[in-house]
Amino acid sequence: MSPSISEKIHLTKEHCTKLLRMMMLIRRFEERCAELYGEQKIRGFLHLYIGEEANAVGVMQALTSEDAVVATYREHGHALARGLPATEVMAEMYGKATGSSRGRGGSMHIFNAERRFYGGNAIVGGGLPLAVGLALADKMNGRSRVTCCFFGEGAAAEGEFHESMNLAALWKLPVLFVCENNLYAMGTALERSESETDICQHARSYRIAAGSVDGMDVVAVEVAARRAVQAVRDGNGPQFLETRTYRFRAHSMFDPDLYRNKAEVEKWKERCPIKRFREWLLATGTLHESEIATIEIAIAEEVENAVKFAEASPWEPEADLTRDVLTPIKRSAPT
Amino acid sequence: MSVPRKITYRDAVREAIQDAMHRDARVFLMGEDVGRYGGAYGCSKGLLAEFGEERIRDTPLAEAGFTGAGIGAALGGMRPIVEIMTVNFSLLALDQIVNTAATIRHMSGGQFSVPLVIRMATGAGRQLAAQHSHSLENWYAHVPGIKVVAPATVADARGMLWTALQDPDPVVMFEHAMLYNDEGEIAAEGDLSMPIEGAAIRRPGTDCSIITYGGSLKKALAAAADLARENINCEVIDLRALRPLDDKTILASVEKTHRAVIVDEGWRTGSLAAEISALIMEGAFFALDAPVARVCSAEVPIPYARHLEIAATPQMASIVVAVRGVLRR
Repeated sequence: MSPSISEKIHLTKEHCTKLLRMMMLIRRFEERCAELYGEQKIRGFLHLYIGEEANAVGVMQALTSEDAVVATYREHGHALARGLPATEVMAEMYGKATGSSRGRGGSMHIFNAERRFYGGNAIVGGGLPLAVGLALADKMNGRSRVTCCFFGEGAAAEGEFHESMNLAALWKLPVLFVCENNLYAMGTALERSESETDICQHARSYRIAAGSVDGMDVVAVEVAARRAVQAVRDGNGPQFLETRTYRFRAHSMFDPDLYRNKAEVEKWKERCPIKRFREWLLATGTLHESEIATIEIAIAEEVENAVKFAEASPWEPEADLTRDVLTPIKRSAPT
Repeated sequence: MSVPRKITYRDAVREAIQDAMHRDARVFLMGEDVGRYGGAYGCSKGLLAEFGEERIRDTPLAEAGFTGAGIGAALGGMRPIVEIMTVNFSLLALDQIVNTAATIRHMSGGQFSVPLVIRMATGAGRQLAAQHSHSLENWYAHVPGIKVVAPATVADARGMLWTALQDPDPVVMFEHAMLYNDEGEIAAEGDLSMPIEGAAIRRPGTDCSIITYGGSLKKALAAAADLARENINCEVIDLRALRPLDDKTILASVEKTHRAVIVDEGWRTGSLAAEISALIMEGAFFALDAPVARVCSAEVPIPYARHLEIAATPQMASIVVAVRGVLRR
C-alpha cells in the first residue's frame, strides 16, 4: 500500500476498522453461504464474491445514502456493503418470506428500496441502461445524486454496455460505472472475448474519463472511487472506474473451474484484499491482533444470527404466489 | 353541450402526449426522431418547440439503451413515454422490457414498480415488408408484469395514454400504422381519459361474435356491415386491452351469439387468437353452436408487394367468409 494513496483519505482507526470489518463480514457471510449450499439450504445459482470484497467495500465509501446502486448477480457483497442487514440477505438466500425480496429473488436478486439498492440484475449488461435512466431522472430534476453501476468485464461485450456508455456521455449523466474486471466472463478469459482488452479504452472511446485501480486494495479503490464520484458530483458527467480483481472461487456452485490454472488462482490469493489490509493495519500499528480477533467474533455472531433468522423465518404462503406481479390498485377505504 | 371534434388518430396521439406533458411535469417523451423530425409517424410534430429538448428527447438508435433508461427514469420518479418506431425494432429492447420492466416488481418483493409507458407502431398495410410490418402484440401479452393495450379508435388513442401514465406498472401501447390517418370523433372538452382495461362492444349483435383489436377493428366493422345486408347480425368486440384480457365480455358475448370469429393480425401459430379461442373453450364450450374460427396472418414474413401483403393479412372479405363458415351459410 503506497503512502501517497493512504494520505488522500483519512485513514483513522475507526475508518480502517470499518473497511476491514465489512470485508471480513462479506467473506464470512459467503463462506457460510457455500456451506449452506452444501447442506441444500440455499439452492439455485450462488455466485460468490470471495476475493473481490475490496471493490464493493471501497466504492461504497464514496457514496451517500441519497445515491443509487445498481449491481449484478454477484451482489451479496454490494448489498452488505450498502448496509442491508445480513439477516434479510440470508433469508432471501433461503427463499424465506422475510428475505429482501420475500423469496422471489434469491441470491441473484437482492433489492432494497430504503437504501436505493436496485438489485441484483442477472442479465449481463442489463443494469447499465437502468443506471442511465436513474441518473437521467436525477439530472432532469436537478438533484445532485450519483448512480453507481457495478458490472463485470464480460458486460463490455454486450450491446447494452455500449448503448449505455453513449447515452450517459451524450447526456452528461451523473453515473459512476464500476467495471469489476475479474478477468473471466464465467469461463471465458478476457483475451478470448474482447478485441480490446483494456476495458477503459471502451469507455474513453465515448469520451468518458476512465481509470483503473488495484481491486485487491480496499484503500486504493476507495481513493479512486472518491475521486470519480467527486468528478460526477462536480458535473463532469459519467466516470468509469475499472477495478482489477479476481474471484477466488468458481463462477457459481455448478462450475468445476476447469478454465483457470491453479497457479494463477494461487498467485491471486496471495493478494487477498483482507489479508493485505490486515497485515498493513498490524504493521502500522493501526490495529492489534486482539482487536481483529474481537471483530472476528462479532462478525461470526452476526452471520450466525443471520442464519438463525433465516432458519426461523416462515415461508411465503403459496396463496400469495402472484402478489407483487402488478401494483395493487389502491381503493379508498370504506367509510 | 359542445359539438364533438373530428381529428385523426395521429392528432389524437399527439394531443394525448401534449396534454400529459402539460398536466404532469414528470412526463417526458423519449425515442428515435421524436424531436426535430417530429416522430417517424408524425405523432410528436411541434412538441419539441413547445416543450424543449429535455422533455422531447431525441435518442440515438439504441432501443435497449433508451428503453432501459426509461425504466430507470421511471424508478427515479419520472413518468416517461418511450416511443419505439415499430414493434420489429422493439425486439432490440425485448431484454429490457421482459427481463427488467416486467420483473422488477416481483423480483424485488414489491419494493419497486416501473410507471413507464412504451408506445410503438405495429402492423402491416404500408408495403414496408418483413422488418417493419409485423404484429407481435401477443409476445408482450404473454408476459406477466406488464399491461398491453391496443387503442383502435381515435377516442382511445386520445384517452388511454393519460390513464396508462397514471398506472404504477409498465404499459405497452400498440398503435397500428394503418390507423394514423383515420379520422374519428372525440368530445370537444372535459375528461377525455379512457380506461386501459376492459373490452368494448363496438357493434352489438346476436348471430356471431367477431373478436378483434387494433388495426383489424375497422375491417371487422366493415365485414359486420356487409353481413348485415344478408341479415347476419354480428357483435364486434374491440379487445382494447390485450393483457389482461377481458374474458367476461368475451364470454358473455359468446353466450349470447353462440359463435365466435377471432380476427388477429398476428400469425395464427401461438397467436392471441389461439389464447382467446382456448379461453372460449374453457369458459363457454357448451354455449358454442360451431367451432371457433380464426382469421389471422398467413405463416409468412410480411411481403412487400401490395397483393401479397393483402393476401397475407386479415381482410374484410376473409372475415366475411369466416363468419359465413361458422353460420354454415
